[in-house]
This record gives sequence, structure tokens and C-alpha cells, in this order.
Amino acid sequence: MIRRYVWRRLFQLVPTCAGILIVGFVLIHLAPGDPVLALAGDSGDAEYYAFMRDKFGLDEPLPVQFVSYAANVVQGDLGVSFVQGRSAAAAIGERLPATLLLTGTALALSTVLGLLVGVVGGARRGKASDVALNGLTLGLYAAPVFWLGQLAILFFALRLGWFPVQGMTTAREQYTGWAAVADVAHHLALPALVLASQQLAAVSRLTRSGVSAELESDHVRTARAKGVGESTVLVRHALRRPLLPVVTVIGGRIGHLVAGTVVIETVFGWPGIGRLLVTSMQARDIPIILGIFLFVSLAVVVANLITDLTYAWLDPRIRFA
Amino acid sequence: MDRGAVLRRILRAPAGLIGLSMTGVVAVVGLLAPWLAPADPFAIDGPSLAAPSWDHPMGTDALGRDLLSGVIHGARTAVIVAGATAVLVLGIGLLVGMVSGYAGGRVDDVLMRITEFFQVLPRFFMAIVVIALFGPGIDRLVIVLGVTSWSLLARVVRAEVLSLREREFVEAARADGAGPVRIMVRELLPNAFPSALVFVGLIVAQVLLIEASLGFLGLGDPNAMSWGFLASQAQQFLRVAWWLSVFPGLAIVFAVLGLNLLGDSLTDTGVTRT
Repeated sequence: MIRRYVWRRLFQLVPTCAGILIVGFVLIHLAPGDPVLALAGDSGDAEYYAFMRDKFGLDEPLPVQFVSYAANVVQGDLGVSFVQGRSAAAAIGERLPATLLLTGTALALSTVLGLLVGVVGGARRGKASDVALNGLTLGLYAAPVFWLGQLAILFFALRLGWFPVQGMTTAREQYTGWAAVADVAHHLALPALVLASQQLAAVSRLTRSGVSAELESDHVRTARAKGVGESTVLVRHALRRPLLPVVTVIGGRIGHLVAGTVVIETVFGWPGIGRLLVTSMQARDIPIILGIFLFVSLAVVVANLITDLTYAWLDPRIRFA
Repeated sequence: MDRGAVLRRILRAPAGLIGLSMTGVVAVVGLLAPWLAPADPFAIDGPSLAAPSWDHPMGTDALGRDLLSGVIHGARTAVIVAGATAVLVLGIGLLVGMVSGYAGGRVDDVLMRITEFFQVLPRFFMAIVVIALFGPGIDRLVIVLGVTSWSLLARVVRAEVLSLREREFVEAARADGAGPVRIMVRELLPNAFPSALVFVGLIVAQVLLIEASLGFLGLGDPNAMSWGFLASQAQQFLRVAWWLSVFPGLAIVFAVLGLNLLGDSLTDTGVTRT
């Protein structure tokens, strides 16, 4: 049963990925002016334009163009950036580790802290600590991530001097080994916390309402009557069912998280694909912009797949009709 | 449920009342911005980087422009983007949701696959591609955000219609000889509309955050003052002028929080079953 579900879910990737390719292709052709400019950006020379025109078959009929566009993209060939003088995929790949580090840390932080805050709030519903946490998460959920970043810089970096203001490493020092790791971690802490905050708010609000509803349920009452300790009741009995929708929310918000990364990289001068995207926008370096769009779309699709499979794995009762 | 009942529910919950008032304030400030703002947001009006004072309650920026006027005119842009996107989202979401729920079968399958597709499409990056290809502007921003933001609404409306379509009043209309279009418009739409409106509030709150982020990255409409643009101006003066960052950010939180509270008050009180 579960194997059939996995196969069906994998098969559904095909139309989704095709759809993303079509969206990119249609936008290039809807854009005003020569599609080669839309595809390559406007800072190039005749030779470069001829190369891109040939690469993407722009002199062919539209269906043939789509096939060559799709074939290029599927092979990971997103075209050549004239501004950078190399392939767009190489430029994106070089920045990817920094972005993955930031996004991954934020994802882990928000999941752990979000569950913790949600369980505390759910168990203490209506008490002062719950009201305070609830107000805080409501505010975090409504705050734009760049603003939280600016406030964090104003307070924790400039006023208190606990964290560096910008960058991923200390430029004037040449650290090696563990000192280098500690240096990056020191730079990572503030942007990762800020990026995690909104996701944390979403996770904790959902956990809180789920846990407080479960605490009223029969099976929790039974567990308590049997003398099970309160923390065991919370983690083993009250958190179990609410975990399912939480998994969906974590997976469903990956797109938000990556968008937040782009913004936070700008606030903190973090050298990832977000900074690359912003400088590429200024230079109208389209191959890189389109490449990042396609890459992020694919990442979101894969994240959704993982979420659905995790959900199915966590909930054996699920019926795969 | 009629619209009066929904309004009564909002007003009964304290969060709903607060949310409604906050949203109302933003709407009024946005609509009356040219009359409320003390100065032209793009004109030099005082000394550069002046801290908040009686003359400039929110201070001035590096060029001596009045920040309060900027924040007030930013509300106008936010209201325009939010309002226009809401109309688009309502239109597409109601249409897809009602047809999907009422027709069922193949049509439902196809429409729901399309809905799922739009749910995974990363809106923020899609908007960036559109701005890169078509240039910045409020019109295309509204179109791209509207066209990519309706999936949640369509699902909510579909669920609503699924529960309504076997009810007596719909059966009665069908027995009366009403066609599918007439049933959808006359019987289902009025019933699905109130909860749809609530979800549009929650969707628009997210759209406002995306619009602000794009403005912050310098991708907003250069001819319209916006909160995101103000925050981007603040970035290079963080060390010397905290007010440039704090006040535009507070305005965004105020607007988004208002819509979220409004939406939450209705989802908590059970207008919708999702």
C-alpha cells in the first residue's frame, strides 16, 4: 500500500516539474522585446546573443524551442551568464553551500524551538507564560523578516556587541580548523535565529492548539490516571497527534523560508544565492535569475514530496485511496 | 450564514474587534494619505537624518524627507496592492473552488491538480522573475501575486461547496429547474462568500509581507512610496538612524497583524470547517 503511494507521489512530480518549466518558458516569451534579451539579459555582445539564440533554438518554431529549453534545463544547463562569464549553474552552485547552511540551521532551530514553545504554551494554556508566548509568536508571525533582522542588528550587534553585523567570516583574520568553524557559527547565529523566528511562530502556534486539545482527550486522561509523569504525558501522548499537521506546515513553508533567506542574506551580507540574486537583478543577469527560480521551485517540490512521505510514514492509519 | 452573522461573530471576539479596527485604520490612512501626510514623501522637508521631534514625529531620512509622510503614503501603496490582489484572488479562488466542488469528478480532479501546482510554485521568486523580465511596477506585481495566491482559497471554497451542494435549499433550486450556473451564483456564492472573505484577509496579509520584502530588495515600483522601500533606505544608516528602520517596520506589523487577528477570530469561532 505504502509502496504504491510512494510511486504515485513520485509520478506526480512529472507534471509539476513540466509545469514549472512551462511557466519559465511562457514568461520569457511574454516579456516585451526579443526573447534572446529576455533569456540572456541586455548586457551582452553579438557573439554571445548568437550563442544563446542557437543554444535555446530561438530561430525554431515554438514547440521545438520548448523542447530544447526543457532539454537544457533538465541537464542542469541554465545558460551562460554574460556578466559573470561562466555558466549560470556554476555561479549558483558556488553560492549554494552558504545558503544551505543558513536555511538548514534556521529550519532545525525553528522546528526544535517551535515544538518546545508550542508544548509549553499548550500545557500552560491561559497562564501568564502562555499569554506572553502567544503575544510574541503573533507579533513574530506578522513581522517582515528584514525588519526583525534590522532590529536584531540594532540591538544585539550594535548596542550589545554580541554578534558581528555583517558577513559570514571575519575578513581581517585567517582562522583555520575549529577557530574557523567557531567564527562562521558566530556570524551565523543572528541571521539564522531571525530567519527561524517566523517559521518558529507558525510551528509553535499549531503545536500549542494541538497539544492543548489533546490534553483534554481520553487517552491522556488514562495515561495520567496510570501515574505517567507529566513530561512523559506531554511528549509521548499529547504531542503525537499534533505532530502530523506540524510536519505539513514545516514542509509547506519551505518556500517562505527560502524567500526569507534571500532577504536575510541582504540584511546580513551573507554570501549565498540571495545576494547573488540581488546583484543579478541589478545587472539584469537573466540566466542566473531564471536559474535560481527553477532551482528553488524544484527544491520546494522535493521538500513537499518529503513532507508527504514523512506524513504517510508517521501516520500508518492514512488511507491511500 | 449571512454577512451580518459573520460581522457579529467578529465583533464578539476581542481579537476580531481589534483586528477589524487595525485593518480599518490602515485602510483609512491609505485612502486619505494625500490629505493626512504633512509633506510630500519624496520632497526635502527638513535637515537630513533628524531624530524624531515635534516637526518630524518619525524623523527624517538622509535627504531630509519626512518619514511620517513616507509611512502614510506607504499605507496607500499597501492598500492598493492588498485591495487589488484581494479582488483577483477572490475572483479566481471562488471560480475554481465553486466549479471544482459543484462539478466533482474529472473536472474536480483536474482543477485540484492545478491548485496544488500553484500551491508549490514559489510566489516570491516568481514575482522576482516577472520584475526582471517586465520591469518593476505595481500592476504586474498585483497580477503575479494574485495569480499565484488563490490556491488556499479555492480549497476552502471547494470544501464549503461540497458540504452545501446536497442541502435542501440547493435541492429545491435544482428541482425548480435552475441550471448549474444559476445554482452556483444564486445559492452557493452567497453562502461561500463570507468565509472566503476571511481567508482572503489571511492571504492578503502574506501578500503584504511579500510586497514589503520585494520593496526592501529594491524591486518595488519606483514611483510609489512603500514601507519596504523605506526599510531598504534604512539599511545603510542603521548605525546612525534607528528610526528609519523602526517606524516603517511597525507599520507593516500593524497592517499584517490586523488582518491576521481578523482572520483568526473567524476561523476560531467556526465560520469555516477547515
